[in-house]
Amino acid sequence: MKKKFAFLFVGLFFLSACSAGPSGGSAGAAGDNSNAGNQQEGDTIKVGLNLELSGAVAGYGAQEEEGAELAVEKINEDGGILGKDVELVTKDNKSDNNEAATTAANLTTNDNIVAMIGPATSGAVKAAIPNVTKAQVPMVTPSGTDDSITVSNDQVQEYIFRSCFQDSFQGVILAKYATDNLEAEKTAILGDNSSDYATGLTKAFTDEYDGDIVAQENFTKGDKDFQAALTKLKETDFDVLYVPGYYEEAGLIIKQAREMGIEQPIIGADGFGDEKMIELAGEENVSNVFYTGHFSALAPANDTVEPFIDDFKGKYDKEPSTFNALSYDAMLMIKAAIENEDSADSTDIAKGLAELQDFVGVTGNISVDQDHNPEKPLVVVGFTDGEESSAETIEP
Amino acid sequence: MELMIQQLVNGLFLGSIYALMALGYTMVYGIINLINFAHGEIYMIGSFIGYFLIQSFNTWQVLPNAWGFFAALAISMVVSAFLGVVIEFLAYRPLRKSTRISSLITAIGVSYLLQNVMIYFFSPDSRPYPQSIARKTYSLGVIDISNIQLLILVVSVTLMILLQVIIKKTKMGKAMRAVSVDNDAAQLMGINVNRTISFTFALGSALAAAGGMLIGLYYNSIDPMMGVAPGLKSFVAAVLGGIGIIPGAALGGFVIGLIETMATVFGFSDYKDALVYLVLIIILLVRPAGILGKNIKEKV
Repeated sequence: MKKKFAFLFVGLFFLSACSAGPSGGSAGAAGDNSNAGNQQEGDTIKVGLNLELSGAVAGYGAQEEEGAELAVEKINEDGGILGKDVELVTKDNKSDNNEAATTAANLTTNDNIVAMIGPATSGAVKAAIPNVTKAQVPMVTPSGTDDSITVSNDQVQEYIFRSCFQDSFQGVILAKYATDNLEAEKTAILGDNSSDYATGLTKAFTDEYDGDIVAQENFTKGDKDFQAALTKLKETDFDVLYVPGYYEEAGLIIKQAREMGIEQPIIGADGFGDEKMIELAGEENVSNVFYTGHFSALAPANDTVEPFIDDFKGKYDKEPSTFNALSYDAMLMIKAAIENEDSADSTDIAKGLAELQDFVGVTGNISVDQDHNPEKPLVVVGFTDGEESSAETIEP
Repeated sequence: MELMIQQLVNGLFLGSIYALMALGYTMVYGIINLINFAHGEIYMIGSFIGYFLIQSFNTWQVLPNAWGFFAALAISMVVSAFLGVVIEFLAYRPLRKSTRISSLITAIGVSYLLQNVMIYFFSPDSRPYPQSIARKTYSLGVIDISNIQLLILVVSVTLMILLQVIIKKTKMGKAMRAVSVDNDAAQLMGINVNRTISFTFALGSALAAAGGMLIGLYYNSIDPMMGVAPGLKSFVAAVLGGIGIIPGAALGGFVIGLIETMATVFGFSDYKDALVYLVLIIILLVRPAGILGKNIKEKV
């Protein structure tokens, strides 16, 4: 019996070694080949969507799918790109980082896409980087804001781009906003220390902030009880509560803080940007809450915003959200890159994206900088009783 | 000082939920020496049943507000009790005579199965719980307490007392105690062992469901993975109090709640989960029978 198992294991080991072999070899070969990456073939330009359509952050993925679909519909109505129709290949990465990597490999090798949109979260994007880099297909994430996505170890990731700004930028702007607009001299931080996103935000904020950080407490993803931390914070004298984290915990923090009588402004980054945040907190509790957004209908960045909102309402019968707008822009950035390069081969698209300047998107006028990050204005939206009540545009 | 009292109160409410769940672990362990890892999932399913009931009460305009919550609580407890019995019948009973490790692995399997079934049907998103009881905060001198916190404490303490009465005063309770001492001897005395074990699962599951609903109301957020962390922590609570001992589980629950809260008070919020498991390790090293457990000397 034991012997049988031993054979089985040895067999499995060899099998897995075999399957790893050829793909490694082809990657090496692709590097020397002048026709590297995926070529555009036939009458359609295939763009992949690698999104969180189910799982913990399905909210983001579903919205980004809508935005990209609307963009493609518009592009095809207007005659496509270089006379060719755009075809979306949508795949669900189930909000799982490993799955995101597999999906990326699947889209680039099996579906022969020339560019990819997604994933929505930083962790999933990072997991997908090796596979898209190997396939030499550019990836534009609409909402992966972690700094190390585009630049890691001082090395710019050649095939990775984004239509959103990076975390450090949000943290810096929030620090400025707290000082200039909310006149906060003392800030308390209640941050998620289990995600790259939130720790990046915390670091950027603390580096930039001029006032005092009087208290800092941490929580981890999935926590539901913040009573102890909030009770402790309530006793400290602070002007603003900064909550770097996602909407699930932020909603509960806002609810528990307001019910406990903490009336100070609560600020956060784009991770707050989901309807669920308001539902979880309860409408009556979401007042004096501010977060940085990429897009607000109250503060349109340029003339493209109004038609975008109309088109979106026409197709989906609701107001477009930040994530809708960002993936809409991601698709249009790819279109602009193809047109500038006059080629829809994946390596050319990557080149076009890297050189993209003064692109007019619904989330602002974007110029891609040398680190592959878009330079564009940022909006801080404010809430009263669960309704968006203010939006201020802040230039970088 | 005021701050400290408020924090102790916070810990107490958190602890009462752990205590409710720990009772289920401890009863099942006491009676068939099985750590029922699917217990956290019953807690989750209990809260989902309550969620759908309250929502349908609201749409049909029957039993508004607090009455709706209590009606949903009662129904959810009954349904979850039934579910607990079904799980026992399908997953644990066929394995009762096999090794303990195989039952344990089955329990873990059932736990994953329930999580994934719920994710499949109801999406993994967390959803806001209907706030059928409006929150009011009372200021009692130095501390603030809300009506929901009071409700949690009252419901859990009532259920714990009720449980103690069932076990000490009823015939079924007597049978449970007998089976926990010696399964075979109990059978020889004419006790229907299968029925007694089913009853134990029913009781434990009903308590877990109550915990799940109270937590839903308290935090306004439920999701299919909500049972994992509290499940593990109340297991620690059961071991801490002395697994198999009912008052021990209640005590352990409160202690875990207080440890977590105090960890945050003293600036170890990063390590509060680690601290709970550290306590588990220490108790297993120093006093493996738990706080209220008796050290039974084995005769050689």
